[in-house]
Amino acid sequence: MTDLYESQRAMRAMRRAAMQRGVIALLDVGTSKIACLILRFDSDTGLPETEGIGAMAGQSRFRVIGAATTRSRGVELGESCAIQETERAIRTAVQAAQKMANVRVDHVIACLSGGQPRSYGLAGTVRVNSEVVNEQDVACALASCDVPDYGMDRDILHAQPVNFALDHRSGLTDPRGQIGQRLACDMHMLTVDTAVMQNLIYCLKRCDLELAGLASSAYVSGMSALVEDEQELGSACIDLGGGTTGLSIFIKKHMIYADCIRLGGEHITQDISKGLQVSTSVAERMKTFHGGVVATGMDDRELIEIGGETGDWEHDRRTVTRAELIGIMRPRVEEILEEVRKRLDAAGFEHLPSQQIVLTGGGSQIPGLDRLAPKILGQSIRIGRPLRVQGLPQAVTGAAFASAVGLSLFASHPQDEWWDFEVPTDRNAHRSFKRAVRWFRDNW
Amino acid sequence: MRSLRDPAPSRLAYRMNRLMLTPRFRTFLRFGLPVLIVVSIGAFWASDADRRLDVSDRVVEIKRQIEERPEFMVHMMAVDDVSDTVAADIRSILAMDFPMSSFDLDLDAIRAEVEELDAVASASVQIRGGGILSINASERVPAMVWRNADGLTLLDRDGHRVSALNMRTDRADLPLIVGAGANELVPEALDLIGLSGSIAPRVRGLLRVGERRWDVVLDREQRIQLPEADPITALKKVIALDAAQDLLARDIAAIDFRNPRRPVLRLTKGAIDAMNDIELTETKDTLR
Repeated sequence: MTDLYESQRAMRAMRRAAMQRGVIALLDVGTSKIACLILRFDSDTGLPETEGIGAMAGQSRFRVIGAATTRSRGVELGESCAIQETERAIRTAVQAAQKMANVRVDHVIACLSGGQPRSYGLAGTVRVNSEVVNEQDVACALASCDVPDYGMDRDILHAQPVNFALDHRSGLTDPRGQIGQRLACDMHMLTVDTAVMQNLIYCLKRCDLELAGLASSAYVSGMSALVEDEQELGSACIDLGGGTTGLSIFIKKHMIYADCIRLGGEHITQDISKGLQVSTSVAERMKTFHGGVVATGMDDRELIEIGGETGDWEHDRRTVTRAELIGIMRPRVEEILEEVRKRLDAAGFEHLPSQQIVLTGGGSQIPGLDRLAPKILGQSIRIGRPLRVQGLPQAVTGAAFASAVGLSLFASHPQDEWWDFEVPTDRNAHRSFKRAVRWFRDNW
Repeated sequence: MRSLRDPAPSRLAYRMNRLMLTPRFRTFLRFGLPVLIVVSIGAFWASDADRRLDVSDRVVEIKRQIEERPEFMVHMMAVDDVSDTVAADIRSILAMDFPMSSFDLDLDAIRAEVEELDAVASASVQIRGGGILSINASERVPAMVWRNADGLTLLDRDGHRVSALNMRTDRADLPLIVGAGANELVPEALDLIGLSGSIAPRVRGLLRVGERRWDVVLDREQRIQLPEADPITALKKVIALDAAQDLLARDIAAIDFRNPRRPVLRLTKGAIDAMNDIELTETKDTLR
């Protein structure tokens, strides 16, 4: 546990250093693309500080000065499977973004879509020492949460206090300064596979970048795609990515559940590739230009040139109707959405007061998804695009960049995590030994 | 035809790219490196002693060529505002061989040298157009003749030596002072002589006694012995006495005013004899 504190605190310190220098890079290492944004933090935004315009959730403090996207290499299902290739792709993206920003970045915040995230809800109770709850009590309450055995080969990625209860009153966001006897807290903990995380960290280190933070991509895409009310009232964000589909549930502006389905857009492409016997790149092109999930009568008559470069004239001159293409894509999309439904049910999504579902990510751009998804996931569904942040180029405002944009919010306004609180004194072995020595000296 | 090259930068290229984006490194490239290259080339070139010598020789040569241009040459010297003898003196002590470059002339040194001459009070030296070294000097005006053990000397109002004098009669118009240390008190001597007024035609000169006080020497071997302190007032008193009682016309050898509160008259031998005779006759008369 001390180890985790150390490494996460080191990352927080790095983030502060980056804010001080004013430039930080955000890296979304996905299965199909790697996006790199470069943020510049400066206090002077040029916006007048009047009553109507608030802090804008901290967004007014930064500006995107560089953005680059490159095709991902050596990443499968959100996990790096060929480190050298991944490293090259990261270098490409970072260099291009640096060129656009014309500034060198040393600190990076990355997000991780794979690694089979698992959510745990923890609860802890502690007696308040003094009359009023102070920071030390909160730290004690957090430390008193009994951590489940999440496995040797897994690491904690997020551990956020979600809810505090003081005596009978629950739903406190900040118990400090309140009077009570018994402080209870609920914490949401997310663990990922250590090897996947270490591989990513290793790649970034090979690129001479200092890691200033690590986040789950499901979490950060939820941060950017969900509007404030949705985060407050309860909603799920489904990030239909290339290799994985991220799933995060928010309520009271806290993430309470995150999961990842190892199915995504690449699987649709592979289906097309297999079904029509074309190369992956041709299949990808057909998917993006002509793809869809709801067929109409018109689609039976619309012929699509398959094309190709095999050299076999007959093979390259085939045509398919759009209905056929939809027929290949739809079952896979349905499978993904049904898997999402299953996970939502398992997480108890139906108990939330509002059950808004927001689809985002590159996969959400499939035409007709807004008619297919309600059949599986329920009526309150919308296709979400990421928040607009200052200086973001038009090319990266699409739904595919939800997690990259979410990372900028994560960088500027991180939520409190477990390690942001002080370690309780009596848990600190070093200091308790000192106290024992002092006790001996005083009494003998 | 699509390029088959890997779009990813190599590790080295990536690092170089990042290095080039480092502000400090860019500043170094823009300013530090050119300066370093120029300095190192210069240092390498100058490390050979022969080349350095060659350059310094060439510099000296060019400098000499510029200095010896006709515009900078001085051909003659003009000495103005002084008598011919002093001008000849100045020419002889400077002893310059024209033509010479004006860069080689140290005007301050020339001026100091000219002013060292006794006969010159002050001098200004300049190079005029047309290559003329012009010296304007003002001569000292002799105000007094000083006789001492070495002979006769002319002094100016400040007591500074002007020149030697062969004969007193050559400058009979100037007053005479005699005695060691007299030259240091020329202004006071001039004051005394200026005061003499009615007795002026009779004054032969002033004698400095024991470097301490003045004696005014008149003709007929008469002397007025003045005190150390405030000789001017004492002389005024003597002149007043003379004017009232015609003192100096009488047969006295000296008026001793060394103590102003107790002036003493010293009679000549003849006068004493005459006085004795008178006393004797008076005694005879009373005895009679």
